Amino acid sequence: MFSSHEQIVSLPSKIYCLYKEYDIIVVGGGHAGCEAAAAAANLGSKTLLVTMNMGVIAQMSCNPAMGGVAKGQIVREIDALGGYSGIVSDKSAIQFRMLNRSKGPAMWSPRTQNDRNLFAKEWRIMLEQTPNVDFWQDMVNELIIEENKIVGVKTQLGVEFKCKAVVLTNGTFLNGLIHIGEKNFGGGRAGERAATGITEQLIKLGFDHGRMKTGTPPRIDGRSLNYSKMEEQKGDENPSKFSFSNITSPLKHQHSCHITYTNPTVHELLQEGFEKSPMFTGRIQGLGPRYCPSIEDKIVRFSERERHQLFVEPEGWDTVEIYVNGFSTSLPEEVQYKALQQIPGFENCKMFRPGYAIEYDYFPPTQLKHTLETKLISGLFFAGQINGTTGYEEAACQGLMAGINAHQVAQEKEAFTLKRDEAYIGVLIDDLITKGTKEPYRMFTSRAEYRILLRQDNADIRLTPISHQLGLASDERMKRVEQKQKWTEEVIALFKSESVSPEEMNPVLEEIGSSPIKQKIKAAQVLSRPHVNINNFNHTELLSETLKSMDEESKEEAEILIKYEGYIEREKETADKLNRLENVKIPANFDYTKLSISAESAEKLSQIKPTTLGQASRISGVSPSDVSILMVHLGR
Amino acid sequence: MPSINNSSETICAPATGNGIGAIAVIRISGKDTYKIIDQVFSKNLSEAKPYTIHFGEIKDENKTIDEVLISVFKAPKSYTGEDTAEISCHGSEFIQKEILNLLIKKGARLANPGEFTLRAFLNGKLDLSQAEAVADLIASESKSSHEIAISQLKGGFSNEIKKLREQLINFASLIELELDFSEEDVEFANRDELVNLIQKIQVVISHLISSFAYGNAIKKGIPVAIIGKPNAGKSTLLNVLLNEERAIVSDIAGTTRDAIEDTFVIDGILFRFIDTAGIRETSDSIESKGIEKTYEKTNSAQAVVLMIDATNSTKECIDKELTELQFKIPNYKDKNIIVAINKCDEVNLDKTSLNHIPNIVFISAKKNENIEELKNLLLEPIKNSTQQIGNLTISNVRHFEALQHTQEALSRAISGIKNETSSDLIAMDIRQSLHFLGLITGEISTDDLLENIFSKFCIGK
Repeated sequence: MFSSHEQIVSLPSKIYCLYKEYDIIVVGGGHAGCEAAAAAANLGSKTLLVTMNMGVIAQMSCNPAMGGVAKGQIVREIDALGGYSGIVSDKSAIQFRMLNRSKGPAMWSPRTQNDRNLFAKEWRIMLEQTPNVDFWQDMVNELIIEENKIVGVKTQLGVEFKCKAVVLTNGTFLNGLIHIGEKNFGGGRAGERAATGITEQLIKLGFDHGRMKTGTPPRIDGRSLNYSKMEEQKGDENPSKFSFSNITSPLKHQHSCHITYTNPTVHELLQEGFEKSPMFTGRIQGLGPRYCPSIEDKIVRFSERERHQLFVEPEGWDTVEIYVNGFSTSLPEEVQYKALQQIPGFENCKMFRPGYAIEYDYFPPTQLKHTLETKLISGLFFAGQINGTTGYEEAACQGLMAGINAHQVAQEKEAFTLKRDEAYIGVLIDDLITKGTKEPYRMFTSRAEYRILLRQDNADIRLTPISHQLGLASDERMKRVEQKQKWTEEVIALFKSESVSPEEMNPVLEEIGSSPIKQKIKAAQVLSRPHVNINNFNHTELLSETLKSMDEESKEEAEILIKYEGYIEREKETADKLNRLENVKIPANFDYTKLSISAESAEKLSQIKPTTLGQASRISGVSPSDVSILMVHLGR
Repeated sequence: MPSINNSSETICAPATGNGIGAIAVIRISGKDTYKIIDQVFSKNLSEAKPYTIHFGEIKDENKTIDEVLISVFKAPKSYTGEDTAEISCHGSEFIQKEILNLLIKKGARLANPGEFTLRAFLNGKLDLSQAEAVADLIASESKSSHEIAISQLKGGFSNEIKKLREQLINFASLIELELDFSEEDVEFANRDELVNLIQKIQVVISHLISSFAYGNAIKKGIPVAIIGKPNAGKSTLLNVLLNEERAIVSDIAGTTRDAIEDTFVIDGILFRFIDTAGIRETSDSIESKGIEKTYEKTNSAQAVVLMIDATNSTKECIDKELTELQFKIPNYKDKNIIVAINKCDEVNLDKTSLNHIPNIVFISAKKNENIEELKNLLLEPIKNSTQQIGNLTISNVRHFEALQHTQEALSRAISGIKNETSSDLIAMDIRQSLHFLGLITGEISTDDLLENIFSKFCIGK
C-alpha cells in the first residue's frame, strides 16, 4: 500500500534556465502555497508555483473540513483580505455549521465539511484563472542565494529559476518520515515522497531547525458502517457561508456527520499494540500537538476516561470514504482495525487506509520577521507547517501574508502586517515570531486577548478596507463593506433613538421568557437583554420598515454592537492602551547589551529582535521594568 | 502590560521624601489632572492661570482632609510637560496617604518609580544623560521592590494570593475550555460552583482590602489619640508609655500646645501616639486652634484614649463627656475608645458606679499603676483583627489598587453569570481579574491558561 518512492539516482549534468525571471516563486502547493501564489499574483507579481505533484494541489491531507472554533474566524479573515480559502471552502462544502451559536458573538465559528476532491479541484480552477500564476511540477532542492539575498531556486530536474522572492511552504514534506506501527518510511504524505535538500542547505546558512510530529486517523468504507447505532449531526437549518463576497451562495442540500464513542474494549485492544507503537518505543522524536492527541495518547493521558468521542465524517458528495475524526493513530494497522470493529456502528467496518503519524522538519519561527520573511536571508519567506503550525487555516493565512509581503519586497514596497487587535492572523504571526512554539501551533480563541473585537461577523469591516488600500481586495468587496457599515450604523442609531411600547413588545417577550416592559422604553435597551434578538422587532411600528430593507448580515452586526457595546468598548480601550507600545519602534540594530537589564532578558531581546516595544513586552522573560528601561533608551 | 507607558493616565505621588516634615508636596500629572483636582479641591482650578498658587481645602465629599496650597502648571510648561498640580499639604504621612487615596479614587493612579521623570523625558524635557539616570533608577527600584516581594513572601501574603490566582486560573481554564473545545466531549463548568468559587475568592480579597488600613497602620504605627481636659495627665501618660520626656510636662493647663507624634511598641505592634493639646472651651485663639487640631487628630486615630481626672470628676461629668465625644469624634463607632480614669491613687473612687462604660481602666500615670491593663486594651482589637485576616495584610497602595480592580472585575463576572451572559464575555472579566492579581504576583499570560487546560483536560478530536 505504501512504497518509499525511488529517489532519482542520476542527477542532471547541466543547469539551465527555462524561463525569464519571476517576481515570486512559491515552493509547495498546499493551503499556504496556494494562498501565497494567489495573493502575489493578484497584486501583480509574476508568480511561479513549484509543486512536486500537480495532481494534488490543495490537498486536504487530514480532515475534510475547514473552519471551526478560531479557525473559522481565520477563514473569514482570509476572505475579507481577498484570499481564496473562503470561496473554495464554500464551493466544495457538503455541510455548514455555525458552531457555538449559544455563546457570545466572539465565539460564533463557521465550519464546513468539505468534499476533499472538489476542494482541491476548486483551488486548482481558481489558480488557473488567476493571471500571473505559472505552474511547474518538480522538486526544489536548492535555493540560490547571493550576499544573504535570495535570487532563485534550483530543481531536481536541473532547472534554475530566477526571482526576487521565494515563499517556502513545504508542509510535512521536508525529510518527512511516516510511521505505522514498527514500519517507517520516507514520505511527505501517504503515497507521496518526501522532499530533501532544502533543510540541509538552510542549516548550513545558519538556520535553527527541529522536528515535529502530527498524525491522521484511518479512512473507512462508509458502506460497511451501521449509522443507526450513531447520533446524526446535521448541518445548520439556515446555512451561512464563509465568503463575504457574492461569488458563492449558501448550501441548499447538505450531508450529515455522525457521532459515536470508543469504549473500554477498544482501549484494551489498542493498548495491546502499544509495544509496537512508534510513540512509545521512542522512534518518534518530534513533538506532537497536545490538543489534537492521537487516540493512544488520550488513553494514556486520560486513563480515567471510559470513552472518547468520535466524529464520522463523509469525505465528499459521491465517495463512500469516511474520515474517523478523533481516532488519529500510528499503531500497527491490524491493531487499528481490530479496535475499530469494537466501536458502535463499526462492527463490520472495512478500512481503506490506516492512520499514520508523520515526522517532518520545521524551523523555529522566531527566526522570522512579522512579514514572515527570514531574518537571515532577505527575500526568503516561510509559511505553514515549516513554521511549526498545524491546520489548513493557519497555513493558508500565513501563505496569504507571506505572498503579500513577498510581493511588497519584490516591488520594494512597505511591509504589510496585522496587529493583535486587528486579526487572528495578527495574533498567530506575532505569537509565532515572538514566542516561538514547541509543539505544532494551533489557533484558539483564548490566544487572542481581544477576542471580543476579532469576530467572524466583522472580519470584513476590520480587514477589507486595509486590503483594498493595498490593492488586493476588490472594489466590489469594498463596496459591500461600505454598504454593510452604513446599514449597521443606521440600525444602531434607530434602536438608540426609538422606543417600543409594552403592547407591541410584551407578547414577544413573554414568548421568549423575558420579563415584560412596563412602559415605552428605547428599543436598544430591550435588545440588550439576553435571549432577545433583532428579529423580535420586525413587527414594531417604528423599526419594521428599516429592518425589512436590510440584509441579515447588517442586522446581525447591529445587534451584536448594541448587545455587547459595553464589553466591546472596554476591550477597545485596553487595546488602545497597549497599542501605544506597538507604535514605539525599535531599530533593527539596537544593542541590548548596554542596557541595565538582566542578561537573560538582553539575550532574548537580541535573539528575537522585536520591532516594537509592544512585541518586546510579550517575549517571555522580559519584565515590565525591562520594557520601561528600553523605552527610555529609545526616546519616544 | 507595563503601565508605565500608558501616558494617557493621570499619575500621582508624593514629591517630597519619606519622613515627616512640616509640609509635604504631592504631585499629580496627566491630562485629567484638573478634572480630578476640581473634584477634591474647594476651588475650581481648570481655568486657573498657570504659575499661580491657590489656597483651599482638600475634601472627600464633606470631610475635610487638609488645608493646602496648590501650585498650578499647565502643559507644556511643567516638569513633565503635561498638566501638573503640586499640592502642598501638612507633613503628616497620614494626610499624604489620605490625599493620595482620594486622588486615586477620583481616577488618578499611583506613579511608578521614576515615572514623572520618564514622562518629562518622553515629552522632551530632559536630555539623554538625565534619561539614563532615570533608567538606572527604574532598574534599582525594581530591584528593591523585588526585595520587598521576597519579604512579603515570608509573610505568607504572596502564598495567599498565589492560591487565589490558581483557583482563578482553574476557573478561567474551565471557561476557556468550554469556549475553545465545547464542540467536543468536555465537562462544562458548573455555573453554581463557579459563582461559589468567585464569592469565596471575593471574601478573601475583601479581607485583604480591608486589611489595607490595618496593614498600613502596622507599617506606620497605629494612630492613637490621647485626649482629655487640661491637666488630666495626658502628657504624663505619654511619658510613661514612651518612657522618656517627649512632651512638655507642666502643671499649668494648656502648655502642651503642639501635637507631638511619637511611636511606641507594645507586644511587637507599633503605635503612633498623638499627644494633644487639652480639650476645653476656650476664648484663647492659639488654644482654640489646638482644640480644632485635637478633633482632626482623633479623626485620623484608630484608638482614642480619653483621660479623666479622677480628682475632679463625678459620674455625671464622665457620662456627659463621653456623650459629647460621640458627636465630636468622627466615626466614633469605628474607633477603639478607651476611658482611662487617671489619678486613682489620689482619691477613693466608686469604680462600680462606672461599670456600664466599656473599655474603662483605672490608672495612675504618675505612679505607673495599671498601665499594663491600658496597653492590653490598646492591643486587643489589633490582635482580633490579625486573627481575622490570618496574619495577612496589605500595606502597599499599588497592591491595594490591584485588589480593588480584581474585585470589580470579579463582581462583573458574577453579575454576568447571573444574567446568563455568554461565557466569552465572562471570561473577559475573569481574565481581567487575573491580570490585576498578576500585577501583585507577576504576570499571567494566556500560555498559563492553555498549559492548565492541556494538563488537566482531555481535548481535541
